[in-house]
Amino acid sequence: MKAIIALEDGFVLEGENFGAQGERTGEVVFNTSMMGYQEILTDPSYKGQIVTMTYPLIGNYGVNDEDYESTKSHVEGFIVKENSSIYSNWRAQGSLEKFLKKNKIIGIQGVDTRALTRHIRTLGAMKSVISTKTLNKKKLVDIAKSSAGLVGRDLVKEVTCSKKYIWKDGKSKKFKVVVFDCGVKHNILRLLDIYGCEVIVVPATTDAQKIFDIEPDGVLLSNGPGDPSAVFYLIETVKKLLGKFPVFGICLGHQILGLALGGKTYKLKFGHRGGNQPIMNLLTKRVHITSENHGFAVDMNSLNKDEVEITHINLNDKTVEGMKHKKLPVFSVQFHPEASPGPHDSRTLFEQFIHSMKKAK
Amino acid sequence: MPKRTDIKKIMIIGSGPIVISQACEFDYSGTQACKALREEGFEVVLVNSNPATIMTDPEMADRTYIEPIIPEILAKIIEVERPDALLPTLGGQTGLNVAIKLVEMGILDKFKVEMIGAKYAAIKKAEDRELFKSAMKKIGLDLPKSGLAKTMEEAIKIAEQIGFPIIIRPSYTLGGTGGGVAYNMEEFKIIAETGLSASMESQILVEESIIGWKEFELEVMRDVRDNVVIICSIENFDPMGVHTGDSITVAPAQTLTDKEYQNMRNAAIAVIREIGVETGGSNIQFAVDPKTGRMVIIEMNPRVSRSSALASKATGFPIAKIAAKLAVGYTLDEIPNDITKETPASFEPTIDYCVVKIPRFTFEKFEGADPTLTTSMKSVGETMAIGRTFKEALQKGLRSLEIGRYGLGADGKDVHATKDEILQKISFPNDQRIFYLKYAISVGISIDEIYAKTFIDKWFLNNIKEIVELEKKILKYKSINKLPIKLLKQAKEYGYSDRQLAFLLNTTEEKIYDFRKQKNITPVYKLVDTCAAEFEAYTPYYYSTYDSEDETRKSSKKKVVILGGGPNRIGQGIEFDYCCVHASFALREEGYESIMVNSNPETVSTDYDTSDRLYFEPLTREDVLHIIEKEKPEGVIVQLGGQTPLNLALSLMRANVKILGTSPHSIDIAEDRGKFKKLLHKLKLKQPENDTFYSVSEGLKKARVIGYPVLVRPSYVLGGRAMKIAYDESDLIEFIKTAVAVSPEHPVLIDKFLEDAIEVDVDAVSDGKRTVICGVMEHIEEAGIHSGDSASVLPPHTLSTEIINEIKESTRALARELKVIGLMNIQYAIKGNIIYVLEVNPRASRTVPFVSKATGVPWAKVATKLMIGKTLDELKINEVNVKHISVKESVFPFARFAGVDAVLGPEMKSTGEVMGIDINFGMAFVKSQIAAGQNLPKSGKVFISVKDGDKREIPFIAKKLVDLGFSIIATFGTASVLEKYGITVEKIAKVGEGRPNIVDLIKSKEIALIINTPLGKKTKKDETLIRTTAVERNIPLITTISGAQATVTGMEVLLSKDFTVTPIQDYHIRN
Ligand SMILES: Nc1ncnc2c1ncn2[C@@H]1O[C@H](COP(=O)(O)OP(=O)(O)O)[C@@H](O)[C@H]1O
Ligand SMILES: Nc1ncnc2c1ncn2[C@@H]1O[C@H](COP(=O)(O)OP(=O)(O)O)[C@@H](O)[C@H]1O
Ligand SMILES: [Mg+2]
Ligand SMILES: [Mg+2]
Repeated sequence: MKAIIALEDGFVLEGENFGAQGERTGEVVFNTSMMGYQEILTDPSYKGQIVTMTYPLIGNYGVNDEDYESTKSHVEGFIVKENSSIYSNWRAQGSLEKFLKKNKIIGIQGVDTRALTRHIRTLGAMKSVISTKTLNKKKLVDIAKSSAGLVGRDLVKEVTCSKKYIWKDGKSKKFKVVVFDCGVKHNILRLLDIYGCEVIVVPATTDAQKIFDIEPDGVLLSNGPGDPSAVFYLIETVKKLLGKFPVFGICLGHQILGLALGGKTYKLKFGHRGGNQPIMNLLTKRVHITSENHGFAVDMNSLNKDEVEITHINLNDKTVEGMKHKKLPVFSVQFHPEASPGPHDSRTLFEQFIHSMKKAK
Repeated sequence: MPKRTDIKKIMIIGSGPIVISQACEFDYSGTQACKALREEGFEVVLVNSNPATIMTDPEMADRTYIEPIIPEILAKIIEVERPDALLPTLGGQTGLNVAIKLVEMGILDKFKVEMIGAKYAAIKKAEDRELFKSAMKKIGLDLPKSGLAKTMEEAIKIAEQIGFPIIIRPSYTLGGTGGGVAYNMEEFKIIAETGLSASMESQILVEESIIGWKEFELEVMRDVRDNVVIICSIENFDPMGVHTGDSITVAPAQTLTDKEYQNMRNAAIAVIREIGVETGGSNIQFAVDPKTGRMVIIEMNPRVSRSSALASKATGFPIAKIAAKLAVGYTLDEIPNDITKETPASFEPTIDYCVVKIPRFTFEKFEGADPTLTTSMKSVGETMAIGRTFKEALQKGLRSLEIGRYGLGADGKDVHATKDEILQKISFPNDQRIFYLKYAISVGISIDEIYAKTFIDKWFLNNIKEIVELEKKILKYKSINKLPIKLLKQAKEYGYSDRQLAFLLNTTEEKIYDFRKQKNITPVYKLVDTCAAEFEAYTPYYYSTYDSEDETRKSSKKKVVILGGGPNRIGQGIEFDYCCVHASFALREEGYESIMVNSNPETVSTDYDTSDRLYFEPLTREDVLHIIEKEKPEGVIVQLGGQTPLNLALSLMRANVKILGTSPHSIDIAEDRGKFKKLLHKLKLKQPENDTFYSVSEGLKKARVIGYPVLVRPSYVLGGRAMKIAYDESDLIEFIKTAVAVSPEHPVLIDKFLEDAIEVDVDAVSDGKRTVICGVMEHIEEAGIHSGDSASVLPPHTLSTEIINEIKESTRALARELKVIGLMNIQYAIKGNIIYVLEVNPRASRTVPFVSKATGVPWAKVATKLMIGKTLDELKINEVNVKHISVKESVFPFARFAGVDAVLGPEMKSTGEVMGIDINFGMAFVKSQIAAGQNLPKSGKVFISVKDGDKREIPFIAKKLVDLGFSIIATFGTASVLEKYGITVEKIAKVGEGRPNIVDLIKSKEIALIINTPLGKKTKKDETLIRTTAVERNIPLITTISGAQATVTGMEVLLSKDFTVTPIQDYHIRN
């Protein structure tokens, strides 16, 4: 069956449908990871986005029950060059195609994903529509144009948990950590657990008082989808928590922290999505290869230099990738120390968080 | 950290001659390193014995020593040059091992030379299998069960504990040298013994077999600040048990999830840190149990390797260049990524295509060689192909191999085998297995069954199945006009060549090509950019694919396309790549844009900064025409890449492509027997009496007229393929059978075989009016030993001036008559002062780089400039008369092919060459022998056994040996001749004449040198045994009387004089 991806500027590619059928709009972005499609598909940060994999051969190792980053897939659509007709891996439990069907995700294969990537790279991430229903290209472009887009949209509300829950059996752990779920990836929770934390996951809308009531040793602001400035309620909450607990922000959590510290965020042309981003730790001058997935960034110049110090930058485009408060045990990174998918180079940030909780005790 | 300023002069060691497992990739890496270091202002001293390399071009280093890579000579060079540092990690295993020796001999300490890149301790830890094993255990990595042995007794004990099958892996070797798989104790003892003697430290790892596990490789880089990045992951199509060098490999890894890949990545990083490779690249190999995912580490190479070259070409990340910069203190983030310019080298390349590397084998050249692939490498070259899918890349790769196949079968060459034959052929790895996998699927054997026999991952097998299914679909249509366009498109996306489609649809390649063009089904070109299009790329490194967007850029400059030589194989190797690279340099000097087309990942020609544009593509009519139509060059150079592009010349010309230089018509005259005969006749030049025949009876008749011995061969082949000497009728009948089978479209040629003639090679350049002789080389071995295999001397050392002048005159006449523009090579045989023309090659020959190094003139560059219209006068090129002596010697792969007779003949067998250079012939010859790996003895016993024809000469040789202090041992026949001349000889039994016989003595290492010339006709079994045993034990073996004479002259010098070392820059000044 034919499937089409149409961008708001009139760029259209035709391919073969796989996975579910239908029509969905979203911002079209590309991810350069060569492995890890299952993690990408289940990362809630992709809410509102149609993801193109730049690596052309996808589905080779199927999907399995262990590599979920949340309970389901959140992407609005999935674009690949070639979906493998079989899968081969000792952990595999099913095919990608079946997974997409189950999750009602429309897939397209057989398109020139490199052409699409180059298009996005030169003109920026765009509103788009993926469809097996409407096959009139002009119509599809109009649908893309009139779709909502990401800017100013609060997508966190759509992916955050409905109520507080405890990750695994959190008993007899050294530290109690509250995780604001903006669309948290499970690997963040798994790692906190491994590092000895009782992990209490709360909805992003939870107010500060409830947190005080929990009496955690630290607070983690998770990754998540969309425009951080639209998540004003959490920004306000964080302002109240600053100085009370050690705070660690990841990705969207980093942006929210930036906003709570009085900074500004802005939308990048096409963002960073992939597992090969070079980040320099400005304090140690060491380079870490990291996993990234973001379309917005904290504006370096908007931060109060007396209060906040830039700790990490992306060596490719020199954007801010990490910061810390000069006095408070508060720090954050734009990239994903929990990886999944991607390199584990910056896992030590979790240790840093543990350390700051230890010190605060 | 910025560049170090405390070092100024750096020594780089190359890898020596091209051998199986060490090929052009180390020229590529060494050349990059030289360039990178000089760019940074360092003075570079280079040592390499291989003249066919770009790195030994006088412009590449400040001081270039073409000398044998042995510790004694390196010590001399160090003493003269006093480098501050030695960079040992770019010259393969040869460079690394000699560096270790230099440390152990105290040379580096004595002259205060610092090892940079990897320190002694790190190299030891990685190369010594025992140290490595315990280091891996320390960091918690899993390994197969194993034990280390230094003696046979230890080895047997461990083997008994582990149980069969067992893998034997020597320390300090590469390409699996001396290793193997043993299924029983008998095999084990044989392999263990070779392993112990192959290892520099006489150490082998006796290991549990994990044959059938998945094999992976990671290319890792580290800088002084301990930043580590992975450049590329590689998954082997052929599972564990087949050396990675012999495996089809794929980048990136295809069947690992991110979890598993990251686990491997973490392990690799831990390994490089633990081993302590300070800076630079390393190659780390892993195996994964396909059932459980258990991961074990196989080995680490603490240096740039063949896989690094592949990874560099596969990703666009220049590992060797970056390694050189890291070695002098830079950190990864301080080095820009050339391709994107804006981003730094401290990242991990990500690719948006699939890369397939396929090894190239030459079993057909070695009678009796076992084509089973094991842990010891047997391939002589490789091709790489890039596609957007595995299917596309696999088929492109297969048609790049130059084995007469045009993809995964479906090309009219498929063998019709029974199911049993197929199952038998796939159940052990061999060079034809990939095609048998296809046949297996075609006849309906299930993927599960194939998997059970091969352990090739089902993902790969399924892709093959998809290719086969499409073939079946296409076959139904019978004609191109009926084939649905969609299917045609899909076929191209699956990598099907026009040749295959023509076969499936009963038409010609040309018709398919034209039809496609009409329907607008043509490839697009995409960039290799290290970043999957995330950033703009500036380096024009392209591959073709059938997709929607083309990324080539228009340019209005004048352009020339250079066609490269494809995969290395015997007969066509690095020499032709050298010429192509020079062509590119010359074109750029003349203001042209150079466009390189090649498919060999090991080469300098496929470095993205050698040419203005690089197309990494198969060298077939279709693929080349597409590029030409896209680029619209002034013309195409076909005469520098060896036979591959030459074979395309006529069909390209018919497609209206302008061929630069000598016209394809002249090429045709030179290659067509009839036309060539007429030409010689016209010029009053002689040729051995010859004829052509099409049937056995005709052949026998003609042979009788010409008189035995005769030489028979199929027409149009390079490297003397299937060329045989027939001494009588029965020989002839047998040879015709094999010869005719090689090339059915072409008749068989028959020549009078000139016995005991001196062979001469001449290279010349011509601008169409004037011809300049580049060099005249006299062969050491007589005619009958392929020119690519014999040693040769420049200038000739025994020929008279009259003969040399006559040779030069004939060469000029031939060049004039053939209207040569560019290079030409002629082989002559001189017998009794009569000069016979054996062959004219109106193209660059294998000897061009050697002659260039010997004379100091870059002849390939000169030729290129002539091809674009310059004249010799304009370029001020004249004949060079050198005062020094240059000797070229060949190196052979016999040690890789157990049981194959190490005897030379008209069919080429060598893989590479070395050069010995000195002002004295004996010394130059000795240097060439040492460089080629002959351990010429200074004392001991020399075994002599020669054929009757050589019994006249041998007493003089033996006498000289005795005078030099050697003792002689011989079989009865030879002994009685020697005794007549008053030479004291110890007699020894032949095999079968009692024990101990000569083979026993060789085995117990009592023989220091063997002179054994084979009987003209069929060689006897025991003679073969002598030679194969000598090769196995690495005892110097001489198989021609002329070789023996030269060697003895050399040994005399060796005993009386010390080596002197001189950089080629100094030789050239002297002239
Ligand atoms: N334990 C083993 N079981 C099966 N195959 C093995 C084992 N160890 C090595 N091999 C195979 O042998 C090849 C060569 O071994 P390796 O140690 O890498 O030699 P080299 O150093 O010469 O490259 C590997 O590529 C792998 O396929
Ligand atoms: N008529 C001959 N008599 C003696 N040796 C010959 C004769 N013809 C060819 N040879 C030997 O065979 C070798 C290969 O022959 P050649 O025609 O050069 O083939 P190729 O095309 O493989 O280079 C030569 O180098 C020479 O040693
Ligand atoms: Mg190896
Ligand atoms: Mg020849």
